[in-house]
Amino acid sequence: MAESQIVPPRPYARTSSAALPLFAFAVILAALITLPFWATGYTQRSVLEFLYFLALAQAWNLMAGYAGMMSIGQQAFVGIGAYGLVVMAEDLGINPFLTVPLAAILAVILAVPVSWLLFRLKGAYFAVATWVIAETVRLTVNANIDWLGGGRGRTVRSLGQFDRHLREDLGYWVALALAIIAVFGVFFLLRSKTGLALQAIRDTENGARSVGVETRRTKRIVYLFAAAIAGATGALIYIVQINVRPDAAFSINWAAYVIFIVVIGGIGTIEGPILGTLVFFFLRGMLADLEAWSMLIFGLIAIMMMLFAPKGLWGLLNTHRPVLLFRTARRLPERFAPQKEGE
Amino acid sequence: MIATSTMLNGVLLGGLYALYGLGLSLTFGIMRTVNLAHGDIIVLATYLALITTQVLGLTPLMSLAVLVPVMFCIGYGLQRLILNRTLKDGMMPAVIITFGLSFVIQNGLLLGFSADRQVLRQGAIETMGVTLAPGVTIGVFPILTLAVLLVMIFALQAFMGRTLLGRAFRATSDDPATAELMGIDGKRIYGLAMGLSFAIIAVTGVVMGIRSNFSPFDGPARLIFAFEVIIIGGMGSIYGVLAGGLILGIAQTIGGAINPTFFQLAGHLVTLGILVVRPSGLFPETIERD
Repeated sequence: MAESQIVPPRPYARTSSAALPLFAFAVILAALITLPFWATGYTQRSVLEFLYFLALAQAWNLMAGYAGMMSIGQQAFVGIGAYGLVVMAEDLGINPFLTVPLAAILAVILAVPVSWLLFRLKGAYFAVATWVIAETVRLTVNANIDWLGGGRGRTVRSLGQFDRHLREDLGYWVALALAIIAVFGVFFLLRSKTGLALQAIRDTENGARSVGVETRRTKRIVYLFAAAIAGATGALIYIVQINVRPDAAFSINWAAYVIFIVVIGGIGTIEGPILGTLVFFFLRGMLADLEAWSMLIFGLIAIMMMLFAPKGLWGLLNTHRPVLLFRTARRLPERFAPQKEGE
Repeated sequence: MIATSTMLNGVLLGGLYALYGLGLSLTFGIMRTVNLAHGDIIVLATYLALITTQVLGLTPLMSLAVLVPVMFCIGYGLQRLILNRTLKDGMMPAVIITFGLSFVIQNGLLLGFSADRQVLRQGAIETMGVTLAPGVTIGVFPILTLAVLLVMIFALQAFMGRTLLGRAFRATSDDPATAELMGIDGKRIYGLAMGLSFAIIAVTGVVMGIRSNFSPFDGPARLIFAFEVIIIGGMGSIYGVLAGGLILGIAQTIGGAINPTFFQLAGHLVTLGILVVRPSGLFPETIERD
């Protein structure tokens, strides 16, 4: 510290707005939007599945990776979205595709009281309680409401009004919109003030609270966002699959696949779940004929990742030179930068 | 008569549920992280008992002589070699690792033993019953389960309350950093706690296998029952496990008596009700820790 320079202080630390490699995004987006016109039906169905898993993974990652809420019960909202589709399309006569955003709203309405209950719990208690709630909803739907078809479930017959190709194409675009909303919703949320609060909570929750972050409110926003994404995804999945059964709609596998995806890709980044979903689909394709082996291998991979690469594949890629596609981290203003020895 | 019989069956079922909860409560109370593979490890123990009875020709109850030490070692190894490596990163790695382990065990058992339901054959005791009054008959083995549970609870309570190692367990539960300063090796305590939990699971698995048939995917439901027992009873309390098991068992049998489809649902609703009115359970003993 020979002489002190006067550095004009920056008002706040923020990443530049030209943070996205826009051109690459535009090309990928254009390819995805036009996909139904040039790809085979099989490819289209695979990409559709990829897109809704990506949406679920982004939402779970925001919740677990940033807000520290380790939920293993998101299947509750997937199932609620699925049954929202059934009731709204079959009983209320609403256009099935319109039920996707409505299912998101329904999931949020139900997630509010659930969050009052869950937010009294911490850590591991929270995790298992989310599962108990999902099981409670499943059993309620499964056995006690005849109107929902009991254990055999119900079929969304009103989808029959659409031509098969039109239905598949519309479903595909809805999935694309959902994935874009999930990825960019998380992106813009993280770049907002709430995102700053979230990243503080991720680093240390008590520290964040001590500097005035409203942790409970911030976490509730995230929880409701994740519920909305899961609800919309649930409605979308059963627009494609048509037959809604409680065991499938409320299956723990919705949570399990998503957890494996995020753990493989890298928890606490936006890029991680994208990479994770790609790797997951690649592995699942290779293990397609070996149902039991594939779940066993995914379980083993999750264990290995946590032990040897807790930041996931994206973390491994970033060890030496940071590659930031989605810039959500904030730079420290220079006046706060750590000073080097001998300066 | 039906009411009495329902209550009695609820109490006896609760004994089994308390057994499920006992091992989980121990590790939950000390490590503050939930072993999501708990239910699957119970089922794994049952399958290990099945192998032991077939290979060595022992009865299931005698197979415990082999199973308890083996399970203790597996638990100790799991904690020391795998879970202890991730302690510094909070509870999330342990939760994800045990979640992954749960899928490994389920599908490993499926590949090894197929999805067929199996039973452990102990002999006549499985089906023996005592008629207390006309219309009120209870099984001998469920009573035996309750007795085993009570012995284990009292033994565990005495171990925690009166021995030096038990005191180290409690100290580590309350404040691991300070316990370390007092010369307690926290990682070893965690290993021993997991080992002890697995030893209890060995007994639980054999009892479960004799009482009912089992298949590779029975674990998750067992985990949920175990967890509900802890929520109702209160974290870290050994007697709370007994109370939680009985309440859960009675709630389920009453729900099932009203309508068979309410059986599990009634248990879940009681648990969620307890979470609303007393989130730390009826008899919490461990102190809050971040």
